Amino acid sequence: MSSFALPFEKPIVEMENKLKELRTFSENQDIDVSLEIERMQKKIKETKADIYSNLTAWQKVQVARHPLRPYTRDYIKEIATGFIELHGDRIHRDDRAIIGGFASIGGRRVMVIGTQKGRDTKSNLECNFGCAHPEGYRKALRLMRMAAKFGIPIITLIDTPGAFPGIESEERHIAEAIAVNLREMFALPVPIIVTIIGEGGSGGALGIGVGDRVLILENAYYSVISPEGCAAILWKDRTYADKAAEALKLTSEDLLEQNLADQIVQEPPGGAHSDPKTMAETLKKALEENLEQLGKTPTDTLIEQRYAKFRGMGVFGEEQKEEIAPADTGNSSPREEDASREMDQAGRHSKDDNTGSPDSPAQKSSD
Amino acid sequence: MALFGRRNYSTVKVKKRDIPAGMWLKCPACNEIMDTTILSQALWVCPKCSYHFQVTRDDRLAMLVEAGTFEEWDREFYSVDALGFTGVASYTAKLEENIQKTGCKDAVMCGRGRMGTHDVALAIMDFKFLGASMGSVVGEKITRLIERAIEQDLPVVICCASGGARMYEGLFSLMQMAKTSGALAKLHQRGLPYISLLTHPTMAGVMASYATLGDVILAEPGALIGFAGPRVIKETTQQDLPEGFQRSEFLLKHGLVDKVVPRKELRETIIQLLDFMMSDNSGTVRADSG
Ligand SMILES: [Zn+2]
Repeated sequence: MSSFALPFEKPIVEMENKLKELRTFSENQDIDVSLEIERMQKKIKETKADIYSNLTAWQKVQVARHPLRPYTRDYIKEIATGFIELHGDRIHRDDRAIIGGFASIGGRRVMVIGTQKGRDTKSNLECNFGCAHPEGYRKALRLMRMAAKFGIPIITLIDTPGAFPGIESEERHIAEAIAVNLREMFALPVPIIVTIIGEGGSGGALGIGVGDRVLILENAYYSVISPEGCAAILWKDRTYADKAAEALKLTSEDLLEQNLADQIVQEPPGGAHSDPKTMAETLKKALEENLEQLGKTPTDTLIEQRYAKFRGMGVFGEEQKEEIAPADTGNSSPREEDASREMDQAGRHSKDDNTGSPDSPAQKSSD
Repeated sequence: MALFGRRNYSTVKVKKRDIPAGMWLKCPACNEIMDTTILSQALWVCPKCSYHFQVTRDDRLAMLVEAGTFEEWDREFYSVDALGFTGVASYTAKLEENIQKTGCKDAVMCGRGRMGTHDVALAIMDFKFLGASMGSVVGEKITRLIERAIEQDLPVVICCASGGARMYEGLFSLMQMAKTSGALAKLHQRGLPYISLLTHPTMAGVMASYATLGDVILAEPGALIGFAGPRVIKETTQQDLPEGFQRSEFLLKHGLVDKVVPRKELRETIIQLLDFMMSDNSGTVRADSG
């Protein structure tokens, strides 16, 4: 597994192998090749930077799923101290696909919660490949409510292909578990910082994804549907996943541009898996900065801003044309709309005047 | 802007149908062939086997709300292709096709109408429009519905039906789940009732947001209700699905749904619930601004 490489990583792997050979050669023959080694190291660094600065959306999805990529527990180890894991939803069982507990980051107490993937077959069976059941989301909510009780900020780390599509998952109402988390996370009176560290797989990701800040690692992705799933539906063929990945606008840059993420956390050249320590340091710094800022925000403001943030997400149009109200009348009187409401999406939704939009076909239905 | 309210106002009459009266239709459950005029009078419930056909938004409105009391909100909202979605067919083409097909701009109709003695903030989703998938328009209209309910002190009733999030809108569509749930957090704090009705089918993103957040969750008989689609579950788990899996009755048994209500009793049931939820202990109905 430690030698796993994605197709576009091959040039890097080849160079790294050459470097290894060079070192062995130097050791065995007792010849000084430090100059060559240095040159090779530089070349590797440049190649990595070059390859990784030109990844397609689909390649980024593959990086986000890289089997060597650091997972939630790896980050907790590197970033936090004194992690005390807490288990179970107190209803059904302990879901190993979502872990959480008390920890400290840079001397600050936090509640850290994240989806957890496995490294090998055994651990993947245990944590179900990072796909949580309802009890995972309910455990997360239990821990978040406890954090609120003690006034501790919440850090969530997201890396999941999605919530688990299974019989038991449905029998225990996975949809309801996610929905309740969404509603409750809007009301929690403590700062919440969400970070997509790998895969942001749809509702399963969003289920612990409502917060005051949404961070995303450079090569992570966040999407309403997996590229394969989208390709299967819209192209009727999963092999069009690369096209779907492009169309879904799911990369960190796309999401920052769409105002759906607040901040991109830079990955080391070659991706998070090429240098997990540096990655963890960068993430730690970003989390500390955000904790610092949010710590100063009064609770009421925090909750108001959290709502306003998600409230503003969406792109749509409004017909501005004059329209004749139906002549025959109902018994209730027309109500004045608060005109300012129309404007509260300023800059987000396009006000249509004459952009070739459908010509009010909705009127037909009331004719 | 002053005219805005006026333009929003409309009276919906139930004239136009997808299936004209006098046509024959076969019940998919019992194969009985029926005159659509009779079916329509029976609220689109098979007189022989009680199979519940899907209904249009106008039919749904007519069966729930007192005639002439409905004032539609935000009917002018329409979807835009924010991502420039380039699939096999473009999003714009899909929208156009569905607008032509349904005569509506998107998948939900929202407004204020009277049920019994109550004015309610009512939303009706229409599966015929792109599978009633939730994009920015659906999310925004549902959110505004809830916000207006809070302003006007109204109970909320949402008739759900949906295939899930609208993938043509990428992550914008997923975020509508958060947005609508956030609005419901506010409604919750205000102590206003929310009744969610699950109709065939209600799945995925809508299910994992407002559909399952009702104080009371009702379902029409035999509706497919769930998070993941049955085929996906079967493929993922390689298991046979239990009988009646993800149907209303299954969800009643497993504790999600409060009541499975035949369409004929739907209006009465909702009014009964509102009578209770909107009154105080002295039996006085909560002051409403209607
Ligand atoms: Zn029948």
